[in-house]
Amino acid sequence: MTPRHIRGFLSWDRVALLISVSLGSVMGLYGAANSTPKINFEKEIRPIFVDRCQVCHGAQMQMNGLRLDRRDDALRGGYAGTVITPGNSVTSKLIHMVTGQIEDKIMPPAGKRLTEKEIDLLRTWIDQGAEWTQTASDKATTPHSLKSSHWAFQQLTKPAIPEVSNRFWVRNEVDQFILSRLEQEKIRPSPEADKVTLIRRLSLDLTGLPPTPNEVATFVKDSSETAYEDLVSRLLNSPHYGEQWGRHWLDLARYGDSHGFRGDQFRPHAWRYRHWVINSFNADTPFDRFTTEQIAGDLIAGRKVEQWVATGFHRNTPTNTEGGSDPEEWRFEQVVNRTNTVSTVWLGITAGCAQCHDHKYDPLTQKEYYQLFAFFNDAEEVNIDAPLAGERGAYLRALPKYQARRQRLLDEHRIPEQQAIWEEKLRHHAKNPGKENNWDVAFDELRTFVDLGEKILFTPTEFRSRKWEKRITDHFVSDYRQVVGREKWADMGLEKLSKELKELDTSLPPFSEAQAIHTERVPRQSYVFLRGSFKDPGIEVEPNTPAWLHPMETQQRATRLDLAHWLVSPENGVTPRVTVNRIWQQLFGRGIVGTSENFGSQGETPSHPALLNWLASEFRDNPSFKKMITKIVMSATYRQSSRMRKDVAERDPQNLLIARQQRFRLTAELIRDSTLVASGLLYPKIGGRSVRPPQPAGALRMGSTTMSRWRVSEGRDSYRRGMYIQYQRMAPYPLLTNFDMPTGYIAACRRERSNTALQALNLLNDPVFIEAAQALAFRAIAAEEDPTERLRYVFKLCLARNPDPVEIDWLETSLQEQRMILQSDLKRAQKLFPVELEGIPPEDGAAWVSMSSVLLNLDEFLTRE
Amino acid sequence: MTIEQLAAIQSRRRFLKKCGAGISTAAFANLLSAEGYSTDSSKLPRVNPMAPRRPHFAPKAKNIILMYQSGAPSQLDLFDPKPGLSKWNGESLPPSLTKDLKLAFIKPNAKIMASPYKFKRYGQSGMEFSELVPHLGTCADDICMIRTMNTEAFNHDPGVLMLTTGHTQFGRPSIGSWVAYGLGSESQNLPGFVVLGSGKGPNGGSNIWGNGFLPSAYQGTRFRTTGDPILYLANNEGVSRELQRSRLDVIRKLNEKRYEETGDLEIAARINSYELAFRMQIAAPGLLDFSDEPQHILDAYGAEKEPTQAFGTNCLLARRMVERGVRFVMLNHGDWDAHQKIDENHRENCSMVDQPAAALIKDLKQRGLLDSTLVIWSAEFGRTPMIQLDRPDAGAGRDHHPDCYSLWLAGGGIKPGTILGETDDIGLKTVQDKVHVHDLQATVLHCLGFDHEKLTFHHEGRDFRLTDVGGTVIDSILL
Repeated sequence: MTPRHIRGFLSWDRVALLISVSLGSVMGLYGAANSTPKINFEKEIRPIFVDRCQVCHGAQMQMNGLRLDRRDDALRGGYAGTVITPGNSVTSKLIHMVTGQIEDKIMPPAGKRLTEKEIDLLRTWIDQGAEWTQTASDKATTPHSLKSSHWAFQQLTKPAIPEVSNRFWVRNEVDQFILSRLEQEKIRPSPEADKVTLIRRLSLDLTGLPPTPNEVATFVKDSSETAYEDLVSRLLNSPHYGEQWGRHWLDLARYGDSHGFRGDQFRPHAWRYRHWVINSFNADTPFDRFTTEQIAGDLIAGRKVEQWVATGFHRNTPTNTEGGSDPEEWRFEQVVNRTNTVSTVWLGITAGCAQCHDHKYDPLTQKEYYQLFAFFNDAEEVNIDAPLAGERGAYLRALPKYQARRQRLLDEHRIPEQQAIWEEKLRHHAKNPGKENNWDVAFDELRTFVDLGEKILFTPTEFRSRKWEKRITDHFVSDYRQVVGREKWADMGLEKLSKELKELDTSLPPFSEAQAIHTERVPRQSYVFLRGSFKDPGIEVEPNTPAWLHPMETQQRATRLDLAHWLVSPENGVTPRVTVNRIWQQLFGRGIVGTSENFGSQGETPSHPALLNWLASEFRDNPSFKKMITKIVMSATYRQSSRMRKDVAERDPQNLLIARQQRFRLTAELIRDSTLVASGLLYPKIGGRSVRPPQPAGALRMGSTTMSRWRVSEGRDSYRRGMYIQYQRMAPYPLLTNFDMPTGYIAACRRERSNTALQALNLLNDPVFIEAAQALAFRAIAAEEDPTERLRYVFKLCLARNPDPVEIDWLETSLQEQRMILQSDLKRAQKLFPVELEGIPPEDGAAWVSMSSVLLNLDEFLTRE
Repeated sequence: MTIEQLAAIQSRRRFLKKCGAGISTAAFANLLSAEGYSTDSSKLPRVNPMAPRRPHFAPKAKNIILMYQSGAPSQLDLFDPKPGLSKWNGESLPPSLTKDLKLAFIKPNAKIMASPYKFKRYGQSGMEFSELVPHLGTCADDICMIRTMNTEAFNHDPGVLMLTTGHTQFGRPSIGSWVAYGLGSESQNLPGFVVLGSGKGPNGGSNIWGNGFLPSAYQGTRFRTTGDPILYLANNEGVSRELQRSRLDVIRKLNEKRYEETGDLEIAARINSYELAFRMQIAAPGLLDFSDEPQHILDAYGAEKEPTQAFGTNCLLARRMVERGVRFVMLNHGDWDAHQKIDENHRENCSMVDQPAAALIKDLKQRGLLDSTLVIWSAEFGRTPMIQLDRPDAGAGRDHHPDCYSLWLAGGGIKPGTILGETDDIGLKTVQDKVHVHDLQATVLHCLGFDHEKLTFHHEGRDFRLTDVGGTVIDSILL
């Protein structure tokens, strides 16, 4: 095509767009068709499509949702809309693409361009009406309607329980599945672990806390037939069960106490969702309810506050409120994050790929991705009143006095009048930007820092809730400096007032709120966003579920509640599979499917497919976490020793056949918890707000968080379990990072278990751990007089078992050696043992502190055996 | 105690008298030393994840020093002179020039501000630098300037995540983690990837040196110039080095016994981690002890005086780390984010970083280390030619500009004294040789001997890489 040709073409294009499409097609039909011989589709057009287009737009692959091998699909177009307008080549995108009229884009993107002759053929064919002779292969019309044949997405059928020869070993059905495989491989299972190991394993797995020496002694002595079962039942009924299993769920829910991104603002209400999770696990809320409340608790008829609190699941997305950022871009990113999280947690698919294009390995198309996306697209963030039991009364009693004092403060500074003027101007500049920069910035700041700031500003005062009014007033008092300058702002007394208002707020008794979502009043239209860009909407889509899974039942436009019901439908095979697999993973260190986050074709295949299906069927029929956990831990499989075996080490290095249990390192939080239990420092309060244990000065400033101060929690709060440590996404508490706590940006189905020098330094030298060693030493000194008995006692507090004679010998020798080193440097000894105890010389006390720290650093202490 | 003496103590102690559970003593000893390179998490070296590994092909660079200029300095006031701006000074640009512009705070009709600083040509190459960075000017013939960088992100955190992880969202590994994962560490007493900071905490927080989905052994280790150089590095005041060794000996003995009983290799890895921790306790403080540096070196870096002290100390530390085999040093400095009072901000920041950065290049060069060390200066994006008029009491500033901005490289196989790319007369758009952040990353990995498309990690069902789905090596700037 010559340059002149292009220019002519382009101007004709503009003209054509001005006159209507119908006129264009009339011209096409009667103009072009009369003068040009009729195109033969089969001979002249289909070969172009086959040779030059169908590699990407054919039966195998449908880039951008377009396929050019079947008539109806070709005429329907792709995600960006139609590409062929019969009768009008000028408005047909197909022609625009092959002629390179769209900046930076030309089709085909690689290889030779279409020749002028080929393009003319296409143009004429379209102008003549784009007649497409249908062949047999054209008949099927909807792409991707095929059900997936991948094992994970099939419906569940309960498999038969396999027979085994060694009936004697079997305790329940789980064992028959495991043993039948082992018998095929001619491998014997491992013997049962000793009772001390069993109680430590069970205590750590079910509650996350190691057993006390008393609990160990009671269990070891209990020779009744139900001793083990009773222990399991006691642990499952402990309120610490909800903490342990809740924490794993929080990994999936990408829980965090801050926004992430620049500023990393603290989220004061995030904990309320964590509180809900812990309570739900303790109450053993059935998984279908547990799911429905989190996905769509706000839509449940006659919803209770707790059900709405559950939707806090969706509020754990990171949020970018950096000044000048595009709110729509980040709203979009949050919806994407929600879509991906739900897909990973309930469907075991890595949906994120389909944000930009059809999934390469799994059947999820880009269109289906945005149909899922559409469920969450009109979810709006809202903070709700969610008082804990007992809060309301005290709060309401204090409220009148608080309000009177607040009003007095505001009136004294003539805030209502000045705020009204400020708001008026702000509204004016919001509507007429680009006039005065400082007002533009002030409006940006309102949008950035005040939840729903823009909405509040444009709501007349009489229609604002008390909370809304408070939010915008507080913002006015602190942000007025943006438009009047810092000096004048301070002169007006607003700097002082801002502080006074904050102080006044702290005088009010707590009245908990929760982060939740609800559906926007006006439904938001969703699109396939081309290449995943929020600025590039393609065809419209409605909320719907992937076609290759079971169908969703709904009367009208589907809602999140329909999605929730669809997820927990008995027809859904994949959700029970991924859920029981994660339970198994927590109890064996590895799932039956190793890639617990990915059940798609790129994930691992299950080591015991029938067992997975059987467990999933059981869970579908009785969706109780506690029942499922009981079933697994009661098995002989679970009770096996974790010791490596020469006879299987080479054949099965990863222990896929489960001829033994597995040793694995405790999580960051559990290392802290175990240390606090052994030392007796743990404050075992359940639930509630986040806490801040000490961390070295300056550690926080490594991240750019606005919270330059880490106010250490007072009293017993700084000895709470690791799961309550305030999680600042930009600068997490060092212990958590060092021991592989997930980042909290996306769902984490399993944790890495690394082994590094920084971990060693953390446990050897962190003042928090030294303090625990001191407490442990005091505890031992108080409990036992005789040094050997004292050693045994410390040993048991840390490892639950008795030391053997060799270990006692080594420990005693080392204790002597450490005492001698300390004796030569009493100043140091006093630092390590900073108290005076009668009959305990400082080097002696310090040696016990040092030895306690040794035991808290042993691999065995850090490992669940 | 020197490391040699320490090693002697360790060899006197018996390590592994016998071995249980199906692994021979010899095999076990091997596990403690070098291990191969793998892209599969389950096959990664467990016992010594930092064992040195070879890249895909012979590298030019062995070490990287990345000076991340957090907050984004103005390329128009430092590296990319635009005399053409003066004719627009104080005026708005016509809408035809600004129609596709994405801006954070200002509106497209904001007024233009020509750079108030004088530019000068330096060296044989004649590369231009502004009066704010005269020291860097004296390195002109060692520097390769890219003037046409572009990125997708126009907010700070997404921008720096793009620069350091190749993606605007959180969760991907840092470039330093990729390098540590690919190469291991030459130093067996120091971490392979170290992070230093001066000024305000960097944008992106700890995510910019985080390991993302890679094992945490590959995360950047933050070195601090006050207090403990590494978090929890120092013993408790009550614990002498001798006592620490004694404690570690009994920990080791008991761990070895446990290994014999269980046969679990993780215990071997744990023993290794504790020994490395002890060696780090000895080696790391020595890094910070500058008493072996001659005065003229300390003066060159400005390590002892304000305002260069903080950045100068970090630059000198970076050289000392490179000498000791640390693969990747990240030097963060901020904050350049001058939406207002840009003159005050840039004068102050330049007075802190210009001299030390130049001293580092010269010092590396005179020691013959520049050929094998790639120094990179980059921000997350650049700044607009338009100003952000602000409150009456504040001076003018510039907004974010991701479409074209400047950065420079030196050493490590990059052509010295070269300028790549040309921007238009007003510094708004690229005229020639657009370079994307992924291209920069591909080039950096290339200098280290990696094919950026092959340095991958399997995660969530697919192979991830630093350059995501993009990146082309910039051949024209390679030696």
